[in-house]
Amino acid sequence: MRPEPPLALLAELTHRCPLRCPYCSNPTQLTGAGEELDTATWARVFAEAAALGCLQVHLSGGEPMARRDLPALVRAAQGAGLYTNLITSGVLLDAPRLAELCAAGLDHVQLSVQDAAAAGGDRIGGYAGGHARKLTAAAVIRAAGLPLTLNAVVHRQNLDNLEQLIDLALDLGAGRLEVAHVQYYGWALANRAALLPSRAQLEAATAVVAAARRAHAGRLVIDYVVPDYHAARPKACMGGWGQRFLAVSPAGRILPCHAAESIPGLDYPRVQQTSLHAAWYASPAFARFRGTDWMPSPCRGCERAEIDWGGCRCQAQALLGDAAATDPACDRSPRHGLLADALAEAASAGQDFAYRQFSESNIRSDRIV
Amino acid sequence: MTPESIPRFAPGHRLREDAARGRWVVMGPERMFVPDETALEILRLVDGARSLAGIAGALAARFAAPEAEIAADVAALLEELRTKGVIQA
Ligand code: SF4
Ligand code: SF4
Repeated sequence: MRPEPPLALLAELTHRCPLRCPYCSNPTQLTGAGEELDTATWARVFAEAAALGCLQVHLSGGEPMARRDLPALVRAAQGAGLYTNLITSGVLLDAPRLAELCAAGLDHVQLSVQDAAAAGGDRIGGYAGGHARKLTAAAVIRAAGLPLTLNAVVHRQNLDNLEQLIDLALDLGAGRLEVAHVQYYGWALANRAALLPSRAQLEAATAVVAAARRAHAGRLVIDYVVPDYHAARPKACMGGWGQRFLAVSPAGRILPCHAAESIPGLDYPRVQQTSLHAAWYASPAFARFRGTDWMPSPCRGCERAEIDWGGCRCQAQALLGDAAATDPACDRSPRHGLLADALAEAASAGQDFAYRQFSESNIRSDRIV
Repeated sequence: MTPESIPRFAPGHRLREDAARGRWVVMGPERMFVPDETALEILRLVDGARSLAGIAGALAARFAAPEAEIAADVAALLEELRTKGVIQA
């Protein structure tokens, strides 16, 4: 059976970022600037994505504004017919740079904040003065007439500030607020004990969201999903492996999900050698967990198999060392108890972070090129 | 909205062909709407110049249908999309 074409491309333009969020979704082995794809290669990738059926590109990172050729990349994506969404921390965004992006055809900006106020935001992002710059960036985005989504990654150390985060979204003129719970693999897994929220915190937050949705209907759309560690059923990660999205890493790996390189033993094609079309329809890596044929018990034959697709492969890899196992977030997984253990550990853990950083070898490869 | 209101797509929203799937879609900030046939005919006439009455008139002429009925459909669809933030008027 031929899979449906993908809807969107996640273009991870770079891993460089001035911030150091302890839950960053980038791989723990970061790619240096010298290994990043050049402008012309990205332009070809965007054209291939549009021809394959993608309607939208998320220009992401790292911090995509760290790429000096970003206006050219937006122009190329726009010219290919893709809806262009910039996912940014905002700290490198000012009016002249945004004007260039607007002229290139940028459609939408998703701006992240680490907390509702500067003290918490700057500590969590590991970047002094970052929060204030984000507020300036939001004003610049709105002044340019671009629609704005505010993205707030939430966890134990900022979840109690959710009402203030909602107020911030309203103050900044955001049309959407995405309240995204941390997903625990990579950097976030290393910081899990400092980040996992308690059940009581979560219940309070869920009530805050419900009230705010009613109060601000027609003005602010709030996206909010209950996190895995407090849910009985896993998420349909990426809408199913190789079914709706594809990602391209800074160095050109074509992936079913931005975290998929955490799974060993899969040979992901590279844009330098393989077209997106060939990767999507013919690569063993994309076929590996697509659909339901790969599923073990208890997913096999489960009535939810085509709803959640067995959950997240990267989470199964990270927690069980086996990407082909049922996501332990599911209470039908024999290993579901691991999540309760993690919550218990977090309940008595401290607040200190291991911040995201480039490893020594990354820094060296930066210098060589 | 009144018959004289002039609807246009809200910033960040646009109607575009989805050739790979043989349909048209409204793309928006991290969301997408798939209009049915009637909605698509209406949205194709949303150009920031035509009023609701103008859109209904054009469709009534094209499909030889009663204008009052069409005007009601146009108003209902655009009002729904306005509450969703897709259309401004
Ligand atoms: S999560 Fe934080 S550190 Fe990672 S790319 Fe985003 S802003 Fe930078
Ligand atoms: S057993 Fe598998 S398919 Fe069934 S609900 Fe759990 S994760 Fe989903």
